[in-house]
Amino acid sequence: MTPITIVFLITAIVTLGAAVMVVTARNLVHAALWLILTLFGVAVFYVLLSASFLAVVQVVIYIGAIAILMIFAIMLTRRVMQDTGPTVNQGWWLAALISIALFGGLSWMLSTWIGFDTNMPQLSQGADSLQQLGQALVSPNAYILPFELASVLLLAALIGAIMIAWERK
Amino acid sequence: MGDPITLIAEFIRGLLTGWGFSSGLVTLILKFLGVGAVASFVLVLDILLVWVERKIVARFQDRLGPNRLGPFGLIQPIADVIKLLIKEDILPEGADKVVYNLAPIFPLATVLLLWAVIPMAPTILGSDVNIGVLYIVAIGDLGTLGIIMAGWASNNKYALIGAFRTVAQMVSYEVPMVIALLIPVILAHSMGMQSIVDAQSVWFVVMAPLAALIFLITSIAELGRAPFDLTEAESEIVAGFHIEYTGMKFGLFYAGELLHALTVSALMSTLFLGGWRGPFVEQAPILGVVYLFIKAFFVYYVIMWVRYSFPRLRIDQMLNFCWKFLTPLALVLLIVTAILDKVLAGAATSVYILSNLGANLVIAWVTVQILVTYAKRERQRVGQEREIASFRKPEVEELIAQEVVK
Amino acid sequence: MIPLSYYLVFAAALFCIGLYGVLARKNAIAILMGIEMMLNAVNVNLVAFWRYRTPDLIVGQAFAVMVFAVAAAEVAVGLALIISVYRSRHSISADEIDMLKW
Repeated sequence: MTPITIVFLITAIVTLGAAVMVVTARNLVHAALWLILTLFGVAVFYVLLSASFLAVVQVVIYIGAIAILMIFAIMLTRRVMQDTGPTVNQGWWLAALISIALFGGLSWMLSTWIGFDTNMPQLSQGADSLQQLGQALVSPNAYILPFELASVLLLAALIGAIMIAWERK
Repeated sequence: MGDPITLIAEFIRGLLTGWGFSSGLVTLILKFLGVGAVASFVLVLDILLVWVERKIVARFQDRLGPNRLGPFGLIQPIADVIKLLIKEDILPEGADKVVYNLAPIFPLATVLLLWAVIPMAPTILGSDVNIGVLYIVAIGDLGTLGIIMAGWASNNKYALIGAFRTVAQMVSYEVPMVIALLIPVILAHSMGMQSIVDAQSVWFVVMAPLAALIFLITSIAELGRAPFDLTEAESEIVAGFHIEYTGMKFGLFYAGELLHALTVSALMSTLFLGGWRGPFVEQAPILGVVYLFIKAFFVYYVIMWVRYSFPRLRIDQMLNFCWKFLTPLALVLLIVTAILDKVLAGAATSVYILSNLGANLVIAWVTVQILVTYAKRERQRVGQEREIASFRKPEVEELIAQEVVK
Repeated sequence: MIPLSYYLVFAAALFCIGLYGVLARKNAIAILMGIEMMLNAVNVNLVAFWRYRTPDLIVGQAFAVMVFAVAAAEVAVGLALIISVYRSRHSISADEIDMLKW
């Protein structure tokens, strides 16, 4: 049991526990706070996978922007301070069944794949994934086109969100 | 010659290995000791900051400040701490207990986390991550989360509105702050804090003064200090998101705010004023800590000076200032710095420095001209003769004219 | 050492929990939270495959960055829609928003 394995197991248990609390919490703001813990757990996983830039970007974008946006939206759309009534709709047992079946199916299918148990290869010494990522995102031979399209998508989403939520008198 | 901290660390490592601990465990213990040392040092400094703040504000306002307890009032912060500790700890009715108690931890904890990446000397650094600058932005986001939790959990509409405004202000001012933070990254060709300090043979404030100014302004807005303190000013919204907090929980908010100011000053001196650089720092690395703190306290003094000199901005003025002025200015500066960096890739260092400085001054002059024209137009528009909004018949006008003549 | 299987099973579990959230919850914002968790599970999968199978090709991380951008855009538009619906119907419960116009 190396220390890394212990860290992985603790993070996995905390993240999955928080995820279960997100989908079962009665109070929506509590669900949002559990979501923040889940997102932070995923950021820890990115650090374990040597993708440090993605870990920090996860915290900045998901927790710093998306989660705060969700909390604002929750607070702006509340009728009363406390939630009443059932939080799940009538077919929730079917949803649970589908989720468990899907999880079982995915795990079984992945376990029959030959590369399932590969171990982590050593990163070559001089590799700096940050620099590689930066160059890949702006190089014409690499991924500049998806990068530019993503920025156009964000601009469209920005304008669209403002227009939709604009209060028309 | 090594510095005292590394010598102590080596000594403890030798001691623990001699007692039979494995090397991995020894490293872990040393790291925990390092965390404890930095956190204690910074928190003790925080208590000193309470005294500094009160003395300096008093001198700005032409009075003496605390001078009863101890020489020059130095025991005053301890009296403040004791007062906060003995206050009653309330939980407002209908407040969410877990979130209410958890919220004050975030602002102070995230500020302590920032001290992990500030290089205090060539050999004293918490953690040399190669994405140090982005880490700063990420931790700042976690701080705003604590504020919204505090505002919501208090079950008080003033707290909620104050929290909304504070978070809106903080999230808006993050955009020009991140753009201004990218400029030292371009100038140093790296995002790691130690690399940025290493690349500052000439301080970045000389190469990019406008970026330093934008970073200073946006950091003051992020801190929530005047002139951007609408969200927690007593005459505006009755202390905003921390209305319902008393005792040590309020103390955590207050201490967190002061420590955040010092941390921002240390960050600004690392990114723009050369960090631990100074004379004789290669021979005696411990001097790096001294230089860093001298520069940090100088910037902290400037922040306090701004606080006690300017009137408060309204929320719409604040947001206009951010989105319509600071963001376009920061973007223009970023584009110009990036272009200059590519165009002058092989040029001599002095050419690089002078062209960056020149570009900054040109942009600043153009901005000032635009602002002057805008101000002139505004003054003309406000001072114009306008039609009085009343409808009088021409006959009545004649009668009035005759009365006046008589 | 941690084999790849641990990460894949974790990502599958997170995806399925998100799926349950989307299918079973009534509040529209809670459904959006489930979608976010599914997107995060996909991202973990992408980065795990990058790290274990092709660490010298950076395409895994680049794709993950695209997923970040798309998720942010989707949350922004989704929440704007939810607020707009709340203004006219005063409810964001997914089983009360079932009539096109009355």
